[in-house]
Amino acid sequence: MATSDNSMETNAAETRAEAAMGWIDKRLPVTKFWNDHLAKYYAPKNFNFWYYMGSLAILVLAMQILTGIFLTMQYKPSAAEAFASVEYIMRDVQWGWLVRYMHSTGASFFFIVIYLHMFRAMLYGSYRKPRELVWVFGMIIYLLLMAEAFFGYVLPWGQMSYWGAQVIINLFGAIPMIGEPLTEWIRGDYFISDATVNRFFALHVIALPIAILGLVVLHLTALHETGSNNPDGIEIKENKDANGIPRDGIPFHPYYTVKDLFGAAIFMLIFAFVIFFWPEGGGLFLEHDNFVPADPLVTPTLIKPVWYFTPYYAILKAVPDKLMGVVLMGVSVMILFFLPWLDRSPVRSIRYKGVWYKILLFVFAIAFIRLGMLGMAEGTPAEMLETRFWTFVYFAFFILLFFLSKGGKTKPVPERVTH
Amino acid sequence: MISLSRQFGLVAALVMGLALTPAAHAAGGGAKLVPSEVNVHDLASLQSGAQLYVNYCIGCHSLNFMRYNRLAADLELSEEMVTNNLMFTDAKFGEPMTNAMTKEAGELFFGKAPPDLSLIGRSRGADWIYNYLINFYQDENGGWNNTILENAAMPHVLWQLQGIQVPVYETHMEGEVEVQKVVSLELAEPGLMSEEEYQSAMRDLTAFLDYVGEPIQLQRKKIGVWVMAFLAFFAFLAFLLKAEYWRDVH
Repeated sequence: MATSDNSMETNAAETRAEAAMGWIDKRLPVTKFWNDHLAKYYAPKNFNFWYYMGSLAILVLAMQILTGIFLTMQYKPSAAEAFASVEYIMRDVQWGWLVRYMHSTGASFFFIVIYLHMFRAMLYGSYRKPRELVWVFGMIIYLLLMAEAFFGYVLPWGQMSYWGAQVIINLFGAIPMIGEPLTEWIRGDYFISDATVNRFFALHVIALPIAILGLVVLHLTALHETGSNNPDGIEIKENKDANGIPRDGIPFHPYYTVKDLFGAAIFMLIFAFVIFFWPEGGGLFLEHDNFVPADPLVTPTLIKPVWYFTPYYAILKAVPDKLMGVVLMGVSVMILFFLPWLDRSPVRSIRYKGVWYKILLFVFAIAFIRLGMLGMAEGTPAEMLETRFWTFVYFAFFILLFFLSKGGKTKPVPERVTH
Repeated sequence: MISLSRQFGLVAALVMGLALTPAAHAAGGGAKLVPSEVNVHDLASLQSGAQLYVNYCIGCHSLNFMRYNRLAADLELSEEMVTNNLMFTDAKFGEPMTNAMTKEAGELFFGKAPPDLSLIGRSRGADWIYNYLINFYQDENGGWNNTILENAAMPHVLWQLQGIQVPVYETHMEGEVEVQKVVSLELAEPGLMSEEEYQSAMRDLTAFLDYVGEPIQLQRKKIGVWVMAFLAFFAFLAFLLKAEYWRDVH
C-alpha cells in the first residue's frame, strides 16, 4: 500500500466530513455557533487565577444537575419519608453516599466559586460599561442560586432544614399588611409541613434550575457580545490587526479550553479532598443538627443558616427592629446590582485605581467574611456590637466607592495588556 | 505576572477566614469534653462496641438505619456470628436493628421516648457520646443524673460495669442565692470493671456509634486516595497540554 493512496483516502474522508458538516450548517448553524463562542471568540490573553471561576461555575452547575437527577430517583419529598430516604441514599443505594456528598458539598462549592467570581468583577471592574447587563444577569443568577440553595436545604428534613426554613419564611411575615398571608402562601399551610417540603421539592428540581439555566444563557450571550474584560481592564477590541483580530486576543478554543481543563482538574482535586476526607466541612457544609430529624416541638439551641447566607443573616440580626432588619438585609443584597453605576472611576481595574480602592475593597472583603462568621455565632452583646460595626463598614463601602471613584487618584492605563 | 502574589494573598485571606470560623459542635451545655480517642478502623473495638450495644442499649435505643448484614460485612463477621451473638430479636439478617419499644411505651417508662441512635455519631459527635457515657452520677435522691446532659431522662444502664459515681459540689454565692455546682465525680461504689476497663469499653461503644452514624467512612478515605491520585495525574497531563498549546502565546 503506497503512502499516496493513504493520503488520497484521507482527503476523500475529509471531503465527505466537510460535505456532511455543510449539509448540517445549511440547516443548523453549528459551525457558526462553534466559531462565534469558542474557536473565533477572542479572549484577552492575560487572564489570571480569578478567571477560572466562570468555567468552574458551569462545571459545578452541571455537576449539581447530574447528581440532583440521581438523588431524585431515591429521595421522597414528604415530611414523613424525606429524612429516612436521605439516609437510605447514604447507606443502601450503591454509591448513593458519593452522589449525595457531591451534591451537598457541591452547593457550598458553588457559592465559594460564585463569591470568588463576583470578587473578580470587583477587582477588575468587569461590571463597568458596556458590561452592565452581564453583571445584572449574573446578580439575578446569584439571587436564584440563593433561592435554590434555600429550597434544597429544606429537603433533607433535619432540624436545621425545618428551623432554618421557619426563620427565613417568617422574614416575609415582617412585611406590613400582606406578611401573614404571604407566609401562608409560601408554606402552603399554617405551619411548615408536608405541603411545604413537597412544593419546595418542585421548585428546587424544576422551576429554579430552568430559570438558572436560562439566565446562564443570557449571562454568556451578553458577555460574548461585549467580549471579556481582563485584569488590566482595557478593551482588547480597540487594538486590532489587519484581519480585524484583537492583537491581545487569543481564540477561546483551544487556548482557554485547555487552560480551564487544568483549572477544572485542580478544582476537582480540592473538591474530591473535601468529599472523601472532610464531607461535613467541620459542620459548615453539613450541619450537625441536620442529622436530627425535623421536630416542630424541639427548638435547636442555635438556629443559623448555612455559611453562605450568614453575612446577610448577620446584617438582619444587627438591627433590633424586625422589619427594619429585613429591609436592611434586602438592601445589602440588592445594592450589589448597582455596582456598575456606583463605581464612577475613569479606569476599571484595581491595578490602575490607586491605593484608596485597594484599601476599600480589602476592608469590604474583611467585613463580608467577618459578618459571615458573626452570622453563625450565638450573638453575645459583644458580638452584636461587632456585627453592627461591620454592617456599617459593609454599606460604607458602596457610599465611599460612589464618592471616591469619581475623583480618586488613578495611574496611567497601558495601551496593551500586561502578560 | 503582575501582582500574582497579592492575588494569592487575598485568596489565602478568604480561605483563612473560612477556616477560622468557629465550628461549634452541637453539644449543648458548656461542659468541657475530654477527647474520646476512638478509632473506627479498629475492627476489634467496633466488634466489642457492637456487643455492648446489643446487650445494654438496643432494648431502648433502636438503630433503624443500620442493617445487620451491613454490620456483618463491615465488621468482618459471618452471618452465623451475627445471628448468634448480636441478634436477640426475631429480625432477619437483612433487616435494620430495630427494637420492640413504641414511642408511647418509651414516654411512659422514661417521660421521654429514647431516641433512635443511628445518627448520634454525626449530630453529637464521638467526644460528646464518650463523655456522656462516663459522666453518670447518682444524686442525693438516689436518681441518676449526668454532667454532660443535665437532668437527662436516661438512667445509668451500665452502672454495674462502672460502679456508682457521686458528685463533689462546690458552693458559691450568686448575689443572695447559694448555688451548688458539680465540679467533679468520685467513685462511691466500685463496679465490675476498673476505671480503665470501663473507659476502654465506652471508647469501643462510642467507636461503634461513630461508625453507625456513617458506615461508609470505613471505605470512603481508601477510595478517596485513588480518586485523588487519578485527579493529580489528570491535572499533570492537563498542565502539560496547556503548556504545549500556550507556547506560541507571547
